[in-house]
Amino acid sequence: MSEDVLVVNNLQTAFDTDSGRLTAVDGVSFTVPAGKTVGIVGESGCGKSVTAMSIVQLLPQPAGVITGGEVIFKGANLIGADDETLYGVRGNEIGVIFQEPMTALNPVHRIGKQLSESLILHKGLSKKEAWEESIELLEMVGIPSPEMRVSEYPHQLSGGMRQRVVIAIALACKPDLIIADEPTTALDVTVQAQILDLLKKLQKEHGSSVILITHDLGVIAETCDEVVVMYAGRVVEQAPVENIFKNPQHAYTKGLLASMTKLETPRKSELKTIPNMVAGIADFVPGCRFCQRMEQEGMTLEVRPEFKEVAKDHWVEACPLCTDHA
Amino acid sequence: MNLLEVNNLKMHFPVHGGVMSRVVGAVKAVDGVSLTINKGETLGIVGESGCGKSTLGKAIVRLTKPTEGSILLNGIDITHMSQGHLRPLRKQFQMMFQDPAESLNPRMSVGEIITEPMLIQKIGNAVSRREKAIKLLERVGLPASAVDKFSFEFSGGQRQRVGVARAIALQPELLVLDEPVSALDVSVQSQVLNLLMELQEEMGIAYMFIAHDLAVVKHISDNVAVMYLGKIVEMADADIIYKNPKHTYTKALISAIPIPDPTVDRERMILDGDVPSPINPPKGSAFGHRLNHPAYDETIGLDMPLVEIEPGHWVAADPCCLGAEDYAKVREMV
Repeated sequence: MSEDVLVVNNLQTAFDTDSGRLTAVDGVSFTVPAGKTVGIVGESGCGKSVTAMSIVQLLPQPAGVITGGEVIFKGANLIGADDETLYGVRGNEIGVIFQEPMTALNPVHRIGKQLSESLILHKGLSKKEAWEESIELLEMVGIPSPEMRVSEYPHQLSGGMRQRVVIAIALACKPDLIIADEPTTALDVTVQAQILDLLKKLQKEHGSSVILITHDLGVIAETCDEVVVMYAGRVVEQAPVENIFKNPQHAYTKGLLASMTKLETPRKSELKTIPNMVAGIADFVPGCRFCQRMEQEGMTLEVRPEFKEVAKDHWVEACPLCTDHA
Repeated sequence: MNLLEVNNLKMHFPVHGGVMSRVVGAVKAVDGVSLTINKGETLGIVGESGCGKSTLGKAIVRLTKPTEGSILLNGIDITHMSQGHLRPLRKQFQMMFQDPAESLNPRMSVGEIITEPMLIQKIGNAVSRREKAIKLLERVGLPASAVDKFSFEFSGGQRQRVGVARAIALQPELLVLDEPVSALDVSVQSQVLNLLMELQEEMGIAYMFIAHDLAVVKHISDNVAVMYLGKIVEMADADIIYKNPKHTYTKALISAIPIPDPTVDRERMILDGDVPSPINPPKGSAFGHRLNHPAYDETIGLDMPLVEIEPGHWVAADPCCLGAEDYAKVREMV
């Protein structure tokens, strides 16, 4: 039955800068099955947020340009779609949860007004109906005394509460796909646990699919069904969550898993690291970019490795030096 | 003798209100904290945002003037010392901040940033200071050529290395690290943590390591103190506090850490709500209030001191947050 809600095919996104056009997302492909949670993990600057924002075409303008590929949402390609179609999709069929609850909410409007906005626009509710519905939404995301909170301003709420409001806005129109861009990064661990729990519960109730972007492998392990590992603008590995943790194939995934500080690592022992750092976006090689970081030389830097399926549903960028799949 | 001894430290900030801007209350950011750090050891401080952990760090290095209590460094009371008298002592203790982008002056070259503490302490001349800066850069894993560059030319991890180089320039005995790796990516985080552990081994620096990432704190610390609303609620050896936490808040914090293993399925303890405001804190057990504990009313006005329940394991004598057996035990000791 599992139909794919979203298929991203060879997506390419670039930014026009003073030093020319820089490709931030370089041929990214993955699929999101109905009702599943797909995690996108990678270090800062790997293009995970740009990938997400390209799906809903909310890139900074005029610098951000989608230069190629397809984003097929429920059978229709969103790339090249007209503004009308996109207005109908964004906030309605695709809900977005942004990272900073501080900046995602408008400080001069009441919570209720911000929640009502998409309900009035997409569902055609009257102002009064939308206000009532907003109260219900706040209750759904676990905000105490919602009838009072609905007429408050964002600054009157704590960080965790604000993030709940952002989630309520994203879920207002019962979207088929939720894109959550680092939804818990700015929050404390205890509040993070609350929010992840809430997301899971709501996803179960609505049957939505979720794309969860994070740099925290712990969060991935606890919430995702599928994992997409990104490095330097590309997907280096994609697999079901158990495979990523139990049987990682790419050297970068292995390095990332090894360098995490875990509770059971012996105290004060030397931590595993990935040497060096990601190259600047302007210096990316056409070939394997993890080889570039590891200061390898030769052909692997010249030719982009093939992205291939090495086991069922387990895809990897098959660099001969970074994997066993040449 | 302990390197650092803090007794009943309080850091209250006045709240002004009304037309005359009179003092109408106080934010009790740090409210009666006592702790000690031995030479060459690490004390980790964990807690949620707003629990007062950064304020505690700043008060200890005397960036602020504590309201009450005392801070003894090598037996010398620095609590009320003037900044002028403190200056020669500052060689012994340094602080390093969370955000390397904001704590390094963008108008100064890396060399100037690292040599500034030496300049203030009137150590060496321009040539010898520059040589020292290059040595320090190499020690923290940066090329010597970095000395003439500016901090914005570096990545986050490299900038934090510059911060480390500046902090160790005077060979301090105590370094207060306020969230030193939380702004960094995982793979870079472990590089910086390794560097900090190596330096401790080499130079015998004691660390006060403030962070919200419990796995990181546990890894680097000898002892860990858990703070909630301006107070320490539990303090013990790092391994013991994770294996055998006594206080409900410590248990809740540990249970909230996401485990990077998809096959582990566990019952999470989900806390409701947030940390209450330190302007108007609950009158009784602060955490009992958040838990809506039935025994909360009994704790109003009750003195709940830290008690050494087992050798080296301290916990607040709070009836809402301890098991019945533990509470009976600490009650006898009060």
